[in-house]
Amino acid sequence: MTDPAASPRELLPHLFRVEYTKMTAVLCRHFGLQHIETAEDIASETFLKAMESWGKKGIPENPTAWLYTVAKNKTKDYLRRQAVFETQIKDAVKPREQLTFEEPDFTPQMINDSQLAMIFAVCNPSNAPAAQICLALQVLCGFSVAEIAAAFLTKTETIKKRLLRARANLRKDHFQVKQLEPAAIAERLDTVLRTIYLLFNEGYFSVSGDQLIRKDLCSEALRLGLILTENPLTNTTHANALLALMCFQSSRLDARANEAGDTILFEQQDKYLWSQELIDKGNYYLVNACTGDEVSKYHLEAGIAYWHTTPTDQHKWEHILHLYNQLILMEYSPVTALNRTFAFAKVYGSEAGIKEAEKLQLHDNSYYHSLLAYLWATTDIHKAIASYQQAIRLTKSAAEKKTLLSAIQRLHEKRC
Amino acid sequence: MKEFVLIFRLSNQSQEKPSAEQMQERMNWLAGIAAQNKLVDKGNTLSPVSAKTVRPDNVVTDGPYTEIKEFVSGYIIVKTDTIEEAVEMAKANPIFKLGGNIEVREIMKRD
Repeated sequence: MTDPAASPRELLPHLFRVEYTKMTAVLCRHFGLQHIETAEDIASETFLKAMESWGKKGIPENPTAWLYTVAKNKTKDYLRRQAVFETQIKDAVKPREQLTFEEPDFTPQMINDSQLAMIFAVCNPSNAPAAQICLALQVLCGFSVAEIAAAFLTKTETIKKRLLRARANLRKDHFQVKQLEPAAIAERLDTVLRTIYLLFNEGYFSVSGDQLIRKDLCSEALRLGLILTENPLTNTTHANALLALMCFQSSRLDARANEAGDTILFEQQDKYLWSQELIDKGNYYLVNACTGDEVSKYHLEAGIAYWHTTPTDQHKWEHILHLYNQLILMEYSPVTALNRTFAFAKVYGSEAGIKEAEKLQLHDNSYYHSLLAYLWATTDIHKAIASYQQAIRLTKSAAEKKTLLSAIQRLHEKRC
Repeated sequence: MKEFVLIFRLSNQSQEKPSAEQMQERMNWLAGIAAQNKLVDKGNTLSPVSAKTVRPDNVVTDGPYTEIKEFVSGYIIVKTDTIEEAVEMAKANPIFKLGGNIEVREIMKRD
């Protein structure tokens, strides 16, 4: 990990992401979630000290160990101050809270267990999904408020408000960050998986044009998914299916945008840019996911993503349509309905696809109009252009607008 | 929106297993309704074999109720504004190729 050439300014942001959340997880286990701010303060002070000290003295041989030693000392200092406050200042009439004087334990096992428990602590079914993702990004992934705001293209004030409520829930919730109990897993695993799924989608389908932010979100979701599959308690078929889905989707991340950050549609992607390594991993987790009888929406979506990695298969779209049929029966969403219709058109042709699409009546949805436009393009260029224009009026994403405009441009050229 | 049960009937003669293509058609039809967010209950298929009919005086006969040489093979529940719309959905079902029919009935909600 130590690169003598690396300066603290380059090394620290990376270490911060990786170690900050681990450190707070272990400290939250130590102090309890109601004191999450204390845990975060100690972690932040530790990094501040690293910044100062490493800038002067250079990076230590084992930066991670250095960070944990400092964190441990800072915790001891904090506890000592607390003890002084408790014994000398605080009124003796008040019942004294029990104070733990144990040192926090930063062994790899403890870090893994704490991180896993922290995921379950953060994924509280009572949080609204948008707030939930913000909280996960902040507490589990070490994102700053500004980074979260950039990812959502939202004002920092809005993000702060979302976080405030979610963090209040977190403190009030009596969830214990310790060895996970089967009951807690049973109660929250669905929410955990859904949060990771949404986190990934936020990156994969982000409105933000910033390719780096999007990749960050996707790789964080993958990291959290891996934590689940590495622990026997949470290594369920559903978790494997979700991880398979994220691997397959991630394999195309580099092919999905050009250097200018413009979206490249699936059909125009350079398949050599797909990551075979991630596709292989996806296959591995998909096999694991299929060891039981249960089929979740993650299984179905992973199956669809799998077929997308096999561009030459003759019956690919029939398989994909079959999976989308099952998916829409399991859970309705406009996106699934539209994607299913796209697959339907691939199997039965544009004309049948248009009939199927028009039944959906999703007039406020930009993708509904761009799907219709795509289907009209082969038979009626006027209708296709009108539908693309409608889609442009409805979309909020600048990248999508650009893609749609170039689609219109191509149609104009075709007409000439 | 109102809810309607679509009751599928097949004649006694058409008991051969549906082909893969027929299954696919049926699935496309059902998913097409779900894609409009108008499927309330995807229902079930009713076995024509594991079936008994119970009549007055403890008379039990084998098989489904088939007075008119037809039996109920399954059902689903949809939600639409009008019965006409539910009928339009039913018309697109591939059951007619097998000589079957569909009964559309509004569900009267109990208070």
